[in-house]
Amino acid sequence: MSESGLKPQMKYKIETKAVNLHYGSFHALKDVTMGIRDCSITAIIGPSGCGKSSLLRLFNRTNDLIPGVKIGGDILLDGDSIYDKSKDISVIRKRVGMVFQKPNVFPMSIYDNIIIGPKHHGVKNRSKLEEISESCLKQVALWDEVKDILKKSALDLPAGQQQRLCIARALAVEPEVILMDESCSALDPESTMKIEELMANLAQKYSIIIVTHSMEQAVRVSDWSAFMMINEDKIGTLVEYSETTKMFQNPKDQRTEDYITGRFG
Amino acid sequence: MNLTAQTREKIAKTFIWAAAVLVLAVLTAIIADILIKGLPVINFSFLTEIPRSMGRAGGVASPIVGTVLITLLAVTIAVPFGIGTALYLAEYTKDGIITRLIRFSAESLAGIPSIVYGLFGFIFFVIYLGLGWSILSGGLTLAFMILPTIIRTAEEAIRSVPLSFREASYSLGATKTQTIFKVVFPSAIRGITNGIILSVGRCIAETAAVMLTAGSALQLPSSILDPTRTMAVHFYILAVEGISAENAYGTAALLIILIFLINVVANMLVNRFVAKGR
Repeated sequence: MSESGLKPQMKYKIETKAVNLHYGSFHALKDVTMGIRDCSITAIIGPSGCGKSSLLRLFNRTNDLIPGVKIGGDILLDGDSIYDKSKDISVIRKRVGMVFQKPNVFPMSIYDNIIIGPKHHGVKNRSKLEEISESCLKQVALWDEVKDILKKSALDLPAGQQQRLCIARALAVEPEVILMDESCSALDPESTMKIEELMANLAQKYSIIIVTHSMEQAVRVSDWSAFMMINEDKIGTLVEYSETTKMFQNPKDQRTEDYITGRFG
Repeated sequence: MNLTAQTREKIAKTFIWAAAVLVLAVLTAIIADILIKGLPVINFSFLTEIPRSMGRAGGVASPIVGTVLITLLAVTIAVPFGIGTALYLAEYTKDGIITRLIRFSAESLAGIPSIVYGLFGFIFFVIYLGLGWSILSGGLTLAFMILPTIIRTAEEAIRSVPLSFREASYSLGATKTQTIFKVVFPSAIRGITNGIILSVGRCIAETAAVMLTAGSALQLPSSILDPTRTMAVHFYILAVEGISAENAYGTAALLIILIFLINVVANMLVNRFVAKGR
């Protein structure tokens, strides 16, 4: 329970303060200010090129890897700036995990994929590592399917299982927030369903932020929705942010309404 | 010409097939010729005796030892420096004057005929550093010769590791060093090994550069400061000076078998220990 006495679902896990993002001379995001609540699922939706993924990648500083990137404003994790110079970037990325659009398992065994993160962070004990691997694979409901082939290459798994393995790999470092960048877009409907169920379970412990192209998915899984769009200067902005049910039943902004009723995008 | 798409398709297919068959035929002919004439010469004493009367009689024990030692030395020196340079180029610098200079040097060095390396090794290691004709001089010279190949293949392999692997690694809170050594390097290991195997092949096959730097002594070396003769040099001398065509073929067959074995064993080792994931 937080100090303020709020339920975790009401407390802000991540806050962005007038965030601006430039890739070289290209202005990608303008003045994004929003608060993301703990233990809930927040969906970022909007047409292609509106800066959804760019925003998501700011939350664990993945954009830092791109040369020429400039970030203005600030992003707070539990009230602390993650862009503060004194912050250890590995600790931030450990606390804010990420699952990508395409399954990107490492070309090594299933077991090694899971334990690589904990090993980076100093877990050496073998039985402890085995315990982590079992519990993470169980959390993503993959344990029964792979428990006998843990030493086999992760690349031999079908895509849906690979993506669940990627989620398990992210869970293995005990993150507090999980970012999912269109993590179902490369999967078949059945795998998508499994991952959506998984998200709902994980949201009891973690704060989950997803970027999705599918409005149906946003409605199905998310508690909060953020609608983004490019403005007249072709810069990504946050148009509307509210509870998902409210946004989809009664959008406040005309642009949101046009988008969710399928008039464009 | 006014050909239908189908006719063109047929012509293209025939041409491609013909090219493949021709190459295969030439390759088979060469290998068959060497093995047919060479294999009967190879027996236990050929492998274990040192050459007698300039190689007319006896075996090739000392050239085998010389080949193995020089190749090992060259690879041991060149591999760490080559991979280090490749990692530096691919991971630790942005493209700039220095990287372009290093890459340009490596590419130029790769195109230099081996005899030039031999001359350099002779002047620098043999004469100037006073190492004489020795396994050490030969190994160092060959190390310089294969360095560009190792750098280029390793850099290419490291660069071809997808960005998504790096992103995934960083997203787990890995540092740059952890990402490079635990994810990038293991993913690139197959390409890197291919470069090393290629280089080993070049070392074993090299004649000009080793003759100028390691000499052509027939006795067994007792240290790396002794001169020696590699199998390729032995073969060259036997053939050119008309000493023994029979033993020349025997040596050639042995060279082919050795290179084949190295390929098989290296691949097995990589599969077994490094590239478990794939």
